[in-house]
Amino acid sequence: MNLTRRQILALSAGATAFAASGLGISIAAADAAATQKNIMAFTGGKTPKSGMITLTAPEIAENGNTVPVSVSVASEMTEQSYVQSVMLLAEENPNPGVATFHFTPMSGEASATTRMRLARTQNVIAVAKMNDGSVFMDKKQVKVTIGGCGG
Amino acid sequence: MAKPKPRVKLPKSAAAGEVITIKTLISHKMESGQRKGKDGKIIPRRIINKFTCEFNGKPVFTCDIEPAISANPYFEFSAKVMESGNFKFAWLDDNGETYSIDRPITVK
Repeated sequence: MNLTRRQILALSAGATAFAASGLGISIAAADAAATQKNIMAFTGGKTPKSGMITLTAPEIAENGNTVPVSVSVASEMTEQSYVQSVMLLAEENPNPGVATFHFTPMSGEASATTRMRLARTQNVIAVAKMNDGSVFMDKKQVKVTIGGCGG
Repeated sequence: MAKPKPRVKLPKSAAAGEVITIKTLISHKMESGQRKGKDGKIIPRRIINKFTCEFNGKPVFTCDIEPAISANPYFEFSAKVMESGNFKFAWLDDNGETYSIDRPITVK
């Protein structure tokens, strides 16, 4: 194959850029696989269903340093049937884990609000685990204008 | 960093069986361990890694916290109160310190 000098330069520049971007992702962000691993560890290998849990997050977050997020799970919160815990995840933060809330029947309602950091535009995931072992999930995309991790 | 100052907001009294909303905040930098200082070295992680709320010694709400929680961590949650008693809130720092605050509530 005969390549001109110009083509070779373009190719090598492209390859370098590709390698750099690949490297950047593996270092700076947890990928979907790591997120999936976290979910599986939390649910004990079960695939979460949708429904029951509602995740509320802004569509656009101007500042990734403080993004308000709320979760609430439809549950009576009695001794017989209650939400044990809710895990919050951010797919493309340096580490996917954000926080895990643990509820008891004394919580009255399975709802909580906090403020989180988001490195870039990405999906925020909430997974709920009931006392009977069933798991539910909700997902929201949040667009971030200024990232909230690193210097 | 100045000593973290916990703050809690909840009603002073409630009806038996009422579900109340509790808001908590603590001043803390929540250093993620991912930022670099001026010398180019990574600033060591120092965050609040756990928050707990107990009522009369029984757990109501706890939270395991990762560096992805914002500085001055804020939590809003609810509690069902059946009797008068004492809420105890505690924040656990990476450096081993615990900051706690107590708040009584009267059930009419």
